[in-house]
Amino acid sequence: MTATTTKRPFGVGLLDALAGPHGIDRYLEILRPVWSLGDARAQVTEVRRPTRDSVTLTLRPNRGWSGFTAGQFIRMGVEINGVRETRCYSPACSEGAHGVIEITVRRHPEGKVSGFLVDNARPGMHVELSEADGDFILPAERPAHVLLLSGGSGITPVMAMLRTLCEEGHRGSITFLHYSRGPADVAYKAELDELARRHPNVRVVHGHTREAGGDLAGHIDAGHLRAARVDPACTPAFACGPPSLIEAARQLWPDELLHTESFLPPSLTIIGDDATGSISFTGSGQRVENDGRTLLEQAERAELSPDFGCRMGICKTCTCRKTAGVVRNALTGQVSAAEDEDIQICVSVPVGDVALEL
Amino acid sequence: MSITHAHMTPEQAEAFGKELDAIRERVLADVGQRDADYIRKVIRAQRGLEVAGRGLMFAGFFPPAWVAGTAALSVSKILDNMEIGHNVMHGQYDWMKDPELTSKGFEWDSACPGDQWRHSHNYMHHTHTNILGKDRDIGYGVLRMSEDQRWHPYYLGNPLYATLLATFFQYGVALHDLEVEEITAGRATWGEKREMAQKIWQKVRRQTLKDYVLFPLLTGPSLPFTLAGNAVANLNRNLWSFMIIFCGHFPDGVEEFTEEETADETRGEWYYRQLLGSANLTGGKLFHIMSGNLSHQIEHHLFPDLPAHRYAEISVEVREICERYGLPYNAGPLHQQFGSVVKKICRLALPGRGGSDAAPAMEKPEVALAAAA
Repeated sequence: MTATTTKRPFGVGLLDALAGPHGIDRYLEILRPVWSLGDARAQVTEVRRPTRDSVTLTLRPNRGWSGFTAGQFIRMGVEINGVRETRCYSPACSEGAHGVIEITVRRHPEGKVSGFLVDNARPGMHVELSEADGDFILPAERPAHVLLLSGGSGITPVMAMLRTLCEEGHRGSITFLHYSRGPADVAYKAELDELARRHPNVRVVHGHTREAGGDLAGHIDAGHLRAARVDPACTPAFACGPPSLIEAARQLWPDELLHTESFLPPSLTIIGDDATGSISFTGSGQRVENDGRTLLEQAERAELSPDFGCRMGICKTCTCRKTAGVVRNALTGQVSAAEDEDIQICVSVPVGDVALEL
Repeated sequence: MSITHAHMTPEQAEAFGKELDAIRERVLADVGQRDADYIRKVIRAQRGLEVAGRGLMFAGFFPPAWVAGTAALSVSKILDNMEIGHNVMHGQYDWMKDPELTSKGFEWDSACPGDQWRHSHNYMHHTHTNILGKDRDIGYGVLRMSEDQRWHPYYLGNPLYATLLATFFQYGVALHDLEVEEITAGRATWGEKREMAQKIWQKVRRQTLKDYVLFPLLTGPSLPFTLAGNAVANLNRNLWSFMIIFCGHFPDGVEEFTEEETADETRGEWYYRQLLGSANLTGGKLFHIMSGNLSHQIEHHLFPDLPAHRYAEISVEVREICERYGLPYNAGPLHQQFGSVVKKICRLALPGRGGSDAAPAMEKPEVALAAAA
């Protein structure tokens, strides 16, 4: 979770030798938590609550963090009741935002971290950061016309793309189509209106799925695209949102023009009667009968506590070495039988006997 | 279980185990902010004392500064090794998911590499506690600490070896997992141990460089004072940790087990062996912290991965359970427990099962139990 930069200032080697075996950061952080030469950390400098169930945090990272590309996500660690909980968030600021990261978190009904942040985030708090990751990004050669499509809290990475394009002075047309339940749920309403006012090539279209008052009503379909004057046959789309939105977009766009990122974990739990074999956790000497769920869930059932982040196959925090057996990727259906292979246990379901280094 | 120990039927052992399991479950369900705040507070105190100690050495030519600096550094090293290092490396704070406080990743201010200690201590010693021939902490491969270890003229040096081990304890602990006696006995070769020996050497070199080269040089004119202060701080830590650790399993009344009698141990019987094989030290709150809460050795052996600062409150319940089952609960002040350890070290230098001058407490455990019951 902590990222170590390879380039260290002169003299840090000597300081680390003097501060061994703990290292100089373990002394600096006692003075101030974000004072670290090697670990990426940030202090919360501003907290806003733009809608009834979301919070926007402005973070000031230390020098251990080396920036991001619009659309990517970071893993953020927050301490709740003594336990460091790590989740993935996409910054919503532009790539060139000077020394700050902005994230918006929406309360997830069963989300421990999202609920905690919405209720308790305050300036002065510090968080752990990872380097940015993910390939949901704009191509280096910017497309002439583009649709940025989002649903709910999926607005953040496409918001970063929109702000980055605007800052770059992008001339092509940008349609920003965002779906939310109702007008009170749009996290970036004022910012979007302001961007549309200042940039004539930016058009913002609001779709509301439950309440009236938007430009479009209900869920995305071909009619919505016609009304928004978007031709899916020739307009690349960058879409982020719940699985239903992503699935609908797949029906409307040709594969080569659609780039997606889903925010809610797709339903992975398949407790099948056909689950066979057993799982050996070789690190702890434990063994459980396979119940058909993901290896992460089964490890947790065995009272192991493997690291995890997104629980949906994105962030690779849970990556573990599989030493034997066959697993199926619950997202892609791909079956893998290689020995000594690193797998993401949050989306891997055992097929028969499996041995994991856990 | 052998009849030489306190009697317990399999049903009693099972019920006893369930009661202890219940304590464990309850504490595990309750760990949280309080424990995180506690360990961070100890770490802040340790790091603060270390910086103060290192800083005072710059004025080491001034005797009060030297004494204060050496004291601060001694306490810092003791806290680092015992209340922080030992306990973090047991996984007592793994649930915090803080990479700096995980059992796998932590490294301590000692010559012994963390990885090797986790094997020799967490696994070998805590699994095979007080089983002769399996628990290598009985005598650390150099001392005769049990009547059942066969005597040899070599053991005439028992008190001398113990003094040397106490003085250089951090190096003794570092070499512990190497099992040098396996090589001298011809059961292992140096080739097999090379990689392990290299890791020990690297750690020893880094520790030596820091305490005996870099910091003395850095303090310039105070160089000889810093050198002496650092050596005394290391010595203090060595003597203190030796004393506390030897009081954990070797005072009078602590029982040993054989491989045969523990072959088919149930969970309840495992708890029972941990209880009978450990002894507590009584004292104040500061004493418990400075001992890394190993003063609650019984609770530590029953629940090695529960946050150690909770052992004091857990011990009230454990004592009460032991009373109900008629089991001994070995506890005493440091001078008494360590006194009996020193006597044992001297007594076992001589042949036989302790000689004719054996104190009453040397008699077989059922007598000790009858006295306790």
